[in-house]
Amino acid sequence: MVQLYIKFFAMHLKSQMQYKLSFFLTALGQFFASFTVLLGVYFMFSRFREVEGYTFEHVLLCFAAVLMAYSIAEMFGRGFDQFPLMLGNGEFDRALVRPRSVIFQVLAAKMDFTRLGRLFQAILVFCYAIPNSGVIWTWDKVLTLLLMVVCGSLIFFALFIVYAGFTFFTVEGLEFMNIFTDGGREFGRYPFSIYGKRILTFLTFVVPLALFQYYPLQYLLDREKSILYMFTPVIGLLFIMPCYAFFRIGLRRYKSTGS
Amino acid sequence: MITLSNINKTFRVAKRQAGFGRAVKALFSREYELVQALNDVSFTISDGKMVGYIGPNGAGKSTTIKIMCGILTPDSGMCEINGRVPWRDRIAHVREIGVVFGQRSQLWWDVPIIDSFELIRDIYKIDRKTYKNNLDELTELLDLGELLKTPARSLSLGQRMRCEFAASLLHNPKILFLDEPTIGLDAVSKITVRQFIKKLNAERGTTVILTTHDMQDIEALTERILLIGKGRILLDGSLDELKKRSSKRKTLVVEYTGSEPEIPDNMTPVEKKNGRLVITLDPEVLPVSDAITYLAARTELTDVSVSGISAEEMVAELYREYHI
Repeated sequence: MVQLYIKFFAMHLKSQMQYKLSFFLTALGQFFASFTVLLGVYFMFSRFREVEGYTFEHVLLCFAAVLMAYSIAEMFGRGFDQFPLMLGNGEFDRALVRPRSVIFQVLAAKMDFTRLGRLFQAILVFCYAIPNSGVIWTWDKVLTLLLMVVCGSLIFFALFIVYAGFTFFTVEGLEFMNIFTDGGREFGRYPFSIYGKRILTFLTFVVPLALFQYYPLQYLLDREKSILYMFTPVIGLLFIMPCYAFFRIGLRRYKSTGS
Repeated sequence: MITLSNINKTFRVAKRQAGFGRAVKALFSREYELVQALNDVSFTISDGKMVGYIGPNGAGKSTTIKIMCGILTPDSGMCEINGRVPWRDRIAHVREIGVVFGQRSQLWWDVPIIDSFELIRDIYKIDRKTYKNNLDELTELLDLGELLKTPARSLSLGQRMRCEFAASLLHNPKILFLDEPTIGLDAVSKITVRQFIKKLNAERGTTVILTTHDMQDIEALTERILLIGKGRILLDGSLDELKKRSSKRKTLVVEYTGSEPEIPDNMTPVEKKNGRLVITLDPEVLPVSDAITYLAARTELTDVSVSGISAEEMVAELYREYHI
């Protein structure tokens, strides 16, 4: 399975390198689009030195972790993001007549390397924020940051699966899902607590974006000492199960309705 | 062996209505219409046969194919292919079938064809030796040679179609489903594709199920025809049987110099124009030879041709007969 995924990976890379100029321009565009967001954060902090006790560097850590998680998820989970298209042009029917798991084929069907532009930006921001945030980088802090990024991308990925699952039921109004995906990325640049208690509760128990952002950040910045805060991103992975189940239900429905 | 018995399939289709007010209303409550796509469809196809599956657009051809491929689950009825139920045992089932959709490609657009083939090899876990043998054989049969190094985007439709065929056959399927394989192809490519399908059936014994609107495909390839209309199987028989069943009238085209002959009642003129005459007749009333003798005695014939009903006309007649 992993080997086959690598083969698909190589094919996508080969295909996208056929259009080098377009590739670099899109990647550059991705870079600047999130750069303006970064500028927004910068100007905000040039006025107010702190937001709820978070300094500019603290927020940058949060910003870069979410951005990196999102761009990784988007790069590899593009197939789910573009699933409505696959369903529309019959590519999905082709997947169904091949002897491999459906989820795997959707996953491997699309990869978008132009997201490297965003990923690159996240790395740059980390380069600045990690040494300047005042965090003393002991092994547990490093692990916390790593968990934020890895589990974060998996949770974003689960959201893409839900998005794809909705496609089986309706083609209209799918944009509302963007509140959680694109919205999660945009609003995730600040710790979710600044949006109020209700939002934080929602993002903890319903769509668990805060589990890889707000809570581990508390541990990272020594606001909470409990080791539980370090591992909340792992708890967040439970979210993948209902998302996957939802996709399966949608698939069963598709096979019985064909639309 | 393919067996379908009493397959039913109904789709729920959202009614769309014209007008802004109604469109707004549709946002909140949708009205649905039930469309019976397949109505009690049953047939059996034994191994190694070639079957043409015909019917007008929207008759249920694609739905049947999708059920046989395991893409769709029917509402009721049973389908068994080589001892398996396609939608229950999807992965084992699809290993033994090949599918060519005439209007959709399975090749990667921007990379050489051979790379697509190698990916397919890995998807199907075809062992190297089988793959190599198959590739060599298909390359020769379909004359792929140079095409293998070319990306799909630079191929003509005919060339691409040949590659599609190869792609669907690399894993040695026992059954091949062809959904309008010759659509949009030029005459030469059509003939190549037809010859290939014939050879495949003869040499590998592959069962071929073909949907098409091109009656020449049917005439060239299939012994047996299934006609579907409005979700029901209307006819199941050989092309010859069907031809016999439909109109027996012959068409006679003659060219002549000299005076225009008088046409007796037992011949029906279709076209009369300087030196050319087209008539139809019923050979049971008037044998063709008698008709020619009659005309030859009255004018100077330079050319005579006789033809029966074409497959195209026959199908049109069938569609009319069944109001589909």
